Amino acid sequence: MMDTTLEQAQQEIVDEFAMLGDWQDRYEQLIELGKELPLIAAEFKTEENLVRGCQSRVWLTAEPRGETVHFTADSDAMITKGLVALLVRVLNDRTPQEIMSTPLTFIDRIGLREHLSPNRSNGVVAMLDQMKRYALAYSTK
Amino acid sequence: MTLATITPVFNVEEIRAQFPILKELVHGKPLVYFDNAATSQKPRRVIKAESAYYATINANVHRGVHTLSTLATEAQEAARETVRAHINAKHAHEVIFTSGTTASLNLAASSLGQLLLKKGDEVLISGMEHHANIVQWQLACERYGAKLKVIPITDSGELEIRRSDDQMIRQLSDRTKILAISHVSNTLGTINPIKELIAEAKKRGIITVVDGAQAIPHLPVDVQDLGCDLYAFSGHKMYAPTGIGVLYGREELLEQMPPWQGGGEMIDQVTFEKTTYAKLPFKFEAGTPHIAGIIGLGEAVRWMRDYDLSAMAAHEHSLLEHATKELLAIDGLRIIGTAKEKVGVISFVIDPAHPEGLEGRAGAGVHHYDLGTLLDQQGIAVRTGHHCTQPLMERFGVSGTTRASFAPFNTIAEVDAMVAATKKAVKMLR
Repeated sequence: MMDTTLEQAQQEIVDEFAMLGDWQDRYEQLIELGKELPLIAAEFKTEENLVRGCQSRVWLTAEPRGETVHFTADSDAMITKGLVALLVRVLNDRTPQEIMSTPLTFIDRIGLREHLSPNRSNGVVAMLDQMKRYALAYSTK
Repeated sequence: MTLATITPVFNVEEIRAQFPILKELVHGKPLVYFDNAATSQKPRRVIKAESAYYATINANVHRGVHTLSTLATEAQEAARETVRAHINAKHAHEVIFTSGTTASLNLAASSLGQLLLKKGDEVLISGMEHHANIVQWQLACERYGAKLKVIPITDSGELEIRRSDDQMIRQLSDRTKILAISHVSNTLGTINPIKELIAEAKKRGIITVVDGAQAIPHLPVDVQDLGCDLYAFSGHKMYAPTGIGVLYGREELLEQMPPWQGGGEMIDQVTFEKTTYAKLPFKFEAGTPHIAGIIGLGEAVRWMRDYDLSAMAAHEHSLLEHATKELLAIDGLRIIGTAKEKVGVISFVIDPAHPEGLEGRAGAGVHHYDLGTLLDQQGIAVRTGHHCTQPLMERFGVSGTTRASFAPFNTIAEVDAMVAATKKAVKMLR
């Protein structure tokens, strides 16, 4: 279990990004986050774990750990990977209940909402849906 | 010097002034629009013509006896004649209005499939086709038990043909019934030698279908000179509104082809026993057409013809040459599509700068999604991804490219802005 709530984790990210200046700082931060995200081992980069985007590819794995769900994720594009890293950071090791019930507002609040537009086809929206589906699946077990 | 000897000077600022959208800011920066191969921007004249139709003569065509219906019909048919003259078709009724290239090619595949294809027959396309010139042929082949054959692509992005051979296209056989091929590749910019290909196909009695979506904005197209049977294109890539396109068809063939969609406008007599069809072009224009779009298309053609198309093409070519030279200076940048004959389209990927001995991510490759995103932040609109040509991406072993495509309103300064923005993005990402 995490010692902060999902809402607090979102607020932390909003605060971090608030300290950054222009678009370049925000994207550099995102790219750095992408670089820091532990890579998924090649054996998990399977068709089964692939979340289809049209432009960039995202891989996602999930496993139940006690009361919570543990995610790992990766992408072939750096900016997508940064967004993926943020989603994993706020949703990882939380209970299915919390994952499913807390609205995710931080992406909008850090000025990156355009990446959630269906037009972007980057796999991030599909990944979020998939994380919630895993949460639902584990909550009913 | 007499007036007649003065060659028209291409004035890019005069052209720019006619496109209202170029004054828009994106992320607070002046818009640099390099996504013309996806859709071109519209000159004020076209926007006005379309809205003037709605404001002054809106009525359904070919049915009413009232004045507005007559005016709308006249305007629509005048546009048809304008398009006919532009592509040098023999008759205005050889110009069929559709919703775009995709619809034109679906009409072609569906109707020609029914007319021509039998079990064991073959349809020949190329490896650089847009999905819009692949999928409906696959469907037609499946329906009639025919086979889809493909002309392969060379490393430079040209068709693999042999001019020295008796048979230039090796994939042609006695069973080939249809050759469906793009005039210009949307992803690579390659201009295909379609006149030669059509001539070879015709010798063998093969019906030829040309996807002209990417050619018509850049090249003079003379359908009689090309000798093609069908030629498809969209309005929206040639400065006209979206939702309007054309299928040109040779009269004799169109007469034989069965209708594609049924409904109003396309009938002569309807009884429950049998329907007889309207004459060309209406046999293929079921339902109320996109009248405003047709009028906008006519105006777009008139706008293009007010300029010297070859001067526009020369300007686009200078943009292409400049972009090619400047982009190649970026470490690891590789251009996909280096054909000798190209329109103003440049597709590229950024590979790792130093394949040997990478330390961390220094010098790593750049994903097209990342580059497109960071260019957008700098006001530059390019296209990224597979450009609806997945088989072509597979041929080149890439998951996608970044593509800049030029129009006459683009400038050398804009190309420089794109190159600088690309360098900045690469620096951020590596």
